[in-house]
Amino acid sequence: MNEIAIMKETTQYITIMMADEIYGIDIKYIDNIVRMQHITRVPQVAKYIKGVINLRGEVIPVFSLRLKMGLEEIEERKTFRIIILKIEGNSVGIIVDEVREVVTLENEYTEKVYYDSNDPMQNFLSGIGKDGEKLISLLDINEVVADRS
Amino acid sequence: MDVSQYLDIFIDETREHIQNLNTQILNLEQEPDNMDTVNEIFRAAHSLKGMAGTMGYKRMQALTHDMENVFSEVRNNNIKVNPDIIDVIFQCIDALEEYLANIQESADEGTNDNAPLIKALNDILAGKGAEAVAPAAAPAQEEAAPQEAAAPEGAEKEAKWKQIPISDSARHVITEATKDNLKAYGISVYIQESCILKAARAFLVFKTLEELGEVIVSVPSAQDIEDEKFENDFSVIFISENPLDKILKGIMYVSEIETAIGDVLDLNAEAVQEEKKEEEVAAATTAVVPQKEAKREAPEPAPTNPTAPAKTGTEKKSSGKPVVNRTVRVDIEKLDVLMNLVSELIISKNSLVSAAASEVGSNLAFNEQIEYLESVTTNLHESVMKVRMVPIESVVSKFPRMIRDLSKKLNKKMELYMTGEETELDRTVVDEIGDPLMHLLRNSADHGLESAEVRAQRGKPEVGSIFLDAYQDGNNVVIEVGDDGNGIDIERVKEKAIERGTITPEQAENMSDKEAIDLLFLPSFSTAKEVSDVSGRGVGLDVVRSKIEALSGEIETRTTLGKGSTFIIRLPLTLAIIQALMVVVGNEKYAISLGSIQTIENIPPADIKHVQGKEVIHLRGSVIPLVRLNELLEVESVSKPGEDLVVLIAKKGDRLAGLVVDDLIGQMEIVIKSMGKFVGKCKLISGATILGDGEVALILDANALI
Repeated sequence: MNEIAIMKETTQYITIMMADEIYGIDIKYIDNIVRMQHITRVPQVAKYIKGVINLRGEVIPVFSLRLKMGLEEIEERKTFRIIILKIEGNSVGIIVDEVREVVTLENEYTEKVYYDSNDPMQNFLSGIGKDGEKLISLLDINEVVADRS
Repeated sequence: MDVSQYLDIFIDETREHIQNLNTQILNLEQEPDNMDTVNEIFRAAHSLKGMAGTMGYKRMQALTHDMENVFSEVRNNNIKVNPDIIDVIFQCIDALEEYLANIQESADEGTNDNAPLIKALNDILAGKGAEAVAPAAAPAQEEAAPQEAAAPEGAEKEAKWKQIPISDSARHVITEATKDNLKAYGISVYIQESCILKAARAFLVFKTLEELGEVIVSVPSAQDIEDEKFENDFSVIFISENPLDKILKGIMYVSEIETAIGDVLDLNAEAVQEEKKEEEVAAATTAVVPQKEAKREAPEPAPTNPTAPAKTGTEKKSSGKPVVNRTVRVDIEKLDVLMNLVSELIISKNSLVSAAASEVGSNLAFNEQIEYLESVTTNLHESVMKVRMVPIESVVSKFPRMIRDLSKKLNKKMELYMTGEETELDRTVVDEIGDPLMHLLRNSADHGLESAEVRAQRGKPEVGSIFLDAYQDGNNVVIEVGDDGNGIDIERVKEKAIERGTITPEQAENMSDKEAIDLLFLPSFSTAKEVSDVSGRGVGLDVVRSKIEALSGEIETRTTLGKGSTFIIRLPLTLAIIQALMVVVGNEKYAISLGSIQTIENIPPADIKHVQGKEVIHLRGSVIPLVRLNELLEVESVSKPGEDLVVLIAKKGDRLAGLVVDDLIGQMEIVIKSMGKFVGKCKLISGATILGDGEVALILDANALI
């Protein structure tokens, strides 16, 4: 019996910084990561929708993750990135404060979280992952892009 | 044999044939004697039978086989078309559609044998049997003395062999044969009109003749006879040692032969005959002459000449039929890909144009090339669009049948008049427009047209008319559906709305007619007193409107009480690429479809008047409300107060509005892009486009602004 051969189920996440906290996004939803660019404002829509951008000939809506998560909007920084998510064939971009790295987490080390559901921010979490000593809040992408305006 | 790969084609083609049958049978109902129509129906039924057989759909094959038989009899004038037959045939078509629906769903035709229909068809056939006995009996008596009997039969049963032109080579053969004590005969054989297997009978006649002698010339040619390309008779020049009696008897021995006429061929008499005939032919249609001349020049025996008149006959017939276009079936997805590529090309061309514009003192050759590229992309775009365009005929052609059925069901006399079936629309639009149109037509038939008594009282013709007119109007296609019926009773609409609590009596009081009519488009609103299964189940106009709006179209209603009403549907010609006017509002660029803009005006602020607290301008006799786009779009205007306003006069139906913008950029061809699912619905914006510099500009929906 060779114990090394036993494979553990893992998931890859891209870690991002939002208001000095680490969040993880399942890599399977991520289509692309681009720098900030001119965003065309769309009138008469929810506030967190910052507008639309042109990504190689496709028009893609862009959300502010800060506004969506109920965080304060801050002035644009150099580290800001737009993460293009692809969900069931539909593309949407989210603006994040900073993109860190790719981490591989073993599924058995990610835990479901049950918080007080009155806190709007925690609705966006699908669980907490442990990367060594660091704790990563894992974002529930479907909740992030859901229309809750 | 594995036929599943042909299933798609089968379904497509069957649908076409069924549609064709529907149309043709409606024609037939109007003109029961039109042989072109009968032939067309026969062909369609025949093709259906063949296709169903190949695919192994036995029930479908059986039904079409019997339909084909009936029309074969009609074609041979043995059955007169009457309304009963038409009804049965329509039921057959419905049954075929049912089979087709089953096949489409499960690749299986289902288990319905439609025995009653097959019986009905066979009854029709049998009914003819009884009728046909009488005319068939008469010629039978004439058999004994065929030649003399032929005379009273009239021109129809003449000895057509006399018209056979004898070519030199044939003449030579005949002369040689006479020297050998053989006799040359001319024989015309008439097959009973009720005969179905004409070619087979003719074959048997030929076989008999071949046993008795040698056929030198036959008219039509042996090949045509084999292919059943002849009416009910054919003639031969025949050499034999046997006496004429024996030969004719031999021919009559073949069943379903009505009569055979023959005589000894006299070459001298023949020559005279031929000359005479030539004159006749020359005096006849000009089309025949060149054909005949060509034949005469041909060295080989020219037996087909007497068929020339018959052939011109068929040519004339075919000119009346719609010419089948040469087409290739293309998957719509492939076209979409092509379309996207063209869109990309146009965007990159736009980038080049803007790059060239920003280059100071750019060289002339470069600009020239860009202009060339521009014209190429425009043409490419147009042709791709055209490929995607299909005539609305494919959807509207089923309506006459529907109106006919409704007419019977509702017991109202009505007639559908359609124009502009050839008007073309984008394939995606055509696919979607069928249901809304059907709804409107049903509405007209059910609610619109009055009962016969009311029509008589009002001095209207007994037969109500429903019309459907389609035409192109600039960048739009307009489809009008209307009737000469009662029109919309606005008071009753209001009553009903009050009854339902949709509006208060006070609101009704102040309501304009237009607003009242708009009530009809609310969900679950039906003014029909009785709910019928034709319409009036509460789903209706609201569905129609939402469907049309989904296609970026709009619907307008015109009605006069007692005179009738018309629904006017306006649809964009293309969905993907439009000519747009680029404008500046605040610091943002927006595109507005050029099609909805009438004029652009400079208005001094002093000209703005106020009516009921709203800004309006007075322009060339009409009062036009102003819409400040910067307010709607939630941006600060960049124009200085006191400056002249740039106002776009936009039109929606017969309503005008003045859209106030800060500046104009110019006209541009833009590619409409969807903004994706995640942007909530913004009514003002119909999409986005990518400008030459890569920036995204939003497209304002002028219709939503008015």
